[in-house]
Amino acid sequence: MVTLETYKGQPPAWCPGCGNFGIVRAFSEVMVELRLEPHQITLVSGIGQAAKLPHYTRGNTFNGLHGRALPVATGIRLANHGMRVIVTTGDGDCYGEGGNHLMAAMRRNINVKLFVHNNQIYGLTKGQPSPTTNEGTIAKNTPFGVISGQFNPMVLAVALECGLAARAFVADQEHLKGLMREAMNHKGFAIIDILQPCVSFNKVNTFQWYRERVYHLEPEYNPEDRNAAFARALEWGDRIPIGIIYRNHRPAYEERVPILEKGPLVAQVFDPKRITEALKEFY
Amino acid sequence: MEYTIKIGGEAGQGIQTIGEALCRVFARSGFHVFSHQDYESRVRGGHNFYQIRISSEPVTASRNTIDILVALDRESISRHGHELSAHGRILYDPTTLQFKNKAPSSLEIPFEKLALDQGGETIMANTVATGAVLGILGMGLDILVDLLANTFKNKGEKSVRDNSGAAEAGYHFAREHCKSCAFAMGTVEAKQRMLINGTESIALGALASGCTFYAAYPMTPSTGIMNYLASKGKEYGVIVEQAEDEISAINMALGASYAGVRAMTGTSGGGFALMVEGLSLAGMTETPIVLAMGQRPGPATGLPTRTEQGDLEFLVSAGHGEFPRVIFAPGSPEQAFYLTNKAFDIAEKYQIPVFILFDTYLSDSQWTIDSLDLNQLRYHDYRLRGEPFRNLADYKRYRYTETGVSPLAVPGDADHLVVADSDEHDENGHIIEDAATRIKMVNKRLFRKIPLIRSEIAPPLLYGNPEAEIVLVGWGSTYGVMKAAIDELARPANIAMLHFSEVFPLPDSASFDYLAFLRRARISLCVENNATGQFKRILRAETGFTFTASIHRYDGRPFTVEELKGEIHGHLGNI
Repeated sequence: MVTLETYKGQPPAWCPGCGNFGIVRAFSEVMVELRLEPHQITLVSGIGQAAKLPHYTRGNTFNGLHGRALPVATGIRLANHGMRVIVTTGDGDCYGEGGNHLMAAMRRNINVKLFVHNNQIYGLTKGQPSPTTNEGTIAKNTPFGVISGQFNPMVLAVALECGLAARAFVADQEHLKGLMREAMNHKGFAIIDILQPCVSFNKVNTFQWYRERVYHLEPEYNPEDRNAAFARALEWGDRIPIGIIYRNHRPAYEERVPILEKGPLVAQVFDPKRITEALKEFY
Repeated sequence: MEYTIKIGGEAGQGIQTIGEALCRVFARSGFHVFSHQDYESRVRGGHNFYQIRISSEPVTASRNTIDILVALDRESISRHGHELSAHGRILYDPTTLQFKNKAPSSLEIPFEKLALDQGGETIMANTVATGAVLGILGMGLDILVDLLANTFKNKGEKSVRDNSGAAEAGYHFAREHCKSCAFAMGTVEAKQRMLINGTESIALGALASGCTFYAAYPMTPSTGIMNYLASKGKEYGVIVEQAEDEISAINMALGASYAGVRAMTGTSGGGFALMVEGLSLAGMTETPIVLAMGQRPGPATGLPTRTEQGDLEFLVSAGHGEFPRVIFAPGSPEQAFYLTNKAFDIAEKYQIPVFILFDTYLSDSQWTIDSLDLNQLRYHDYRLRGEPFRNLADYKRYRYTETGVSPLAVPGDADHLVVADSDEHDENGHIIEDAATRIKMVNKRLFRKIPLIRSEIAPPLLYGNPEAEIVLVGWGSTYGVMKAAIDELARPANIAMLHFSEVFPLPDSASFDYLAFLRRARISLCVENNATGQFKRILRAETGFTFTASIHRYDGRPFTVEELKGEIHGHLGNI
């Protein structure tokens, strides 16, 4: 019987009051609700505060390099598509260092779930701007303010026909859990951009700041209407929509690889003698 | 009997088509073949050539002198005309080249007209040329006709018929108009030989070792591995994924390996530069991986389609931090096949990265070999999976063991968790910061494994006189040309070679004290296809041994037999 106790991991090394606590709590609760056991999931992460999450819950884990969680997760899925693979990452790790992999993962539509802890700042390196930091923000290393434009992951997701793209706010726990369940059940790539305050280094985008701006997408909103999705994805500022912004039903990458029709690669039996046929072609 | 045939022309003219057809016909006729290619980094134009050496005896390198030059453009004649042997012939089509070559060695053959006369298309001029070469060599045409039927069967009956007709037209034209040609192939044992190049051998070695996952980004000279594995993917259950960049390629391969399959990536120097952090990740997480690294001249983009042995030291020291690795550098397609197999075995046995270090020259060189023996292959599944994993009371991914090798389990096969971490970690795979655990982990993954890994490394191959006064030393793709030079110099000189195909870590002296052998030599020469002598430096750093002199070539081209002999002669005066 899977219980919350099953998902009790190492003691977290996050700052007290960090938005990450709400994410790990929601994650563990969703796993319990879905009756998934820790050995049935693999958590992949890179570097940053979000990337430590796998240690603070339980599951098979590959905690790799900064920005490189998605390629590792892709490799795992292709080798074993019977395994549920979840990437826990942050705005610096995924939108900055790993940007090329994010685009490729969306295009592939690999069945990996990407949970991005977006606090609009670099926490682990103590306060540098991330791709989602507001333009003009003065940080330790940007005395003249951030000059680059702000990255909007939802617009990218709609543009690249990402399988499922959602935004959540960590303080809205039930809503976040609902999105996590949707993402887990989606047959394709799913990203949840989770707004989450950094209590140590982001004095602008606080709990209060988000609370004043986020609103739930209306029940009649159709995330399968791509044009409507673009409009909602672009919405950022005084009002920030949360919920499933975009969804489609493209088949997942794994479903389109004929080799995997026989079952997971890891379970396919290898017979070295079969190579004899390939050798003949060289005569 | 031996002849050298060179086919020269612009990229896109069909040089490879002619070269490959001829090589295959020779190999199927029982001859020994060695071919290499020289091409520019462009799809059309420029000057390229394909050089084939054919003999009744085994051949392992190219010569400077050619006997038949098939010139598909004028530049081939102006560039290579002087390489012709005394009885050599230049075959060309004066109409397409709009040029008449005055030299008596010329043999004008209207390739294109003959193709069109047969009802074929201009592209079949290449088939005419192939037939013509067989004609002047006085060989039969049946094998070529067979080969054409097989090659063009998907294009329909007409295509097969036209190509056969074109081959026959070229063949008969050459026989009639080359009555004074002095070529005689002689007879060889009727035996079909295997014809294979370096990248095909590496790919085949991977296939035979149970590699089921290959992720890479295209880059010369490694792309052939990806193309071959992709062509066999459906049949053998191999997933080939073209990654968005090399960083992704190595991380995907590591993900697949972590998940429980044998995984590989391949690239060249520039791409490997991007993979270096991933290599270090393999070291820290102890994830098995095989990397095929094809060298080409650098720095940076260098000479993209040419050859060099310039990345050995890069591989030896690549990756931040200290972790074990193994580097194999095959000298022939045959060695490439067996060493790729050994790479997969050692990578999984010790949970380390293992390299197949090759270069453009080996990648493109075709050799004939009698056969590849599947019984010589190692195949042992070192992973902990299924029942034995489920039966464990307790599992720790990085358990301290006598050998330093911890159980490598397949995630999901049991309810034990498999936790891998790029941070320093405890036995369970969780992040730690304390000094005592750090020391134990370094001892486990580095010091305990290293002596065991070294014991797997085979000594260098000694070829020639075991009491030699002159010793040539080389590694990787110079094997064939060094061997040929030794064969030709053996009579006048007291000479031998040591060839290292397992270059790092250096083999121990348990089965062969190669250092003592080297120290006994009056002249020791290190032969390297690079500017500064990287193996020479590694050998000195590890053993203190200093060579008498070294021989280098760094113009992006491989050594030929004559050139290497000339270089060696230059040092013989010192004896």
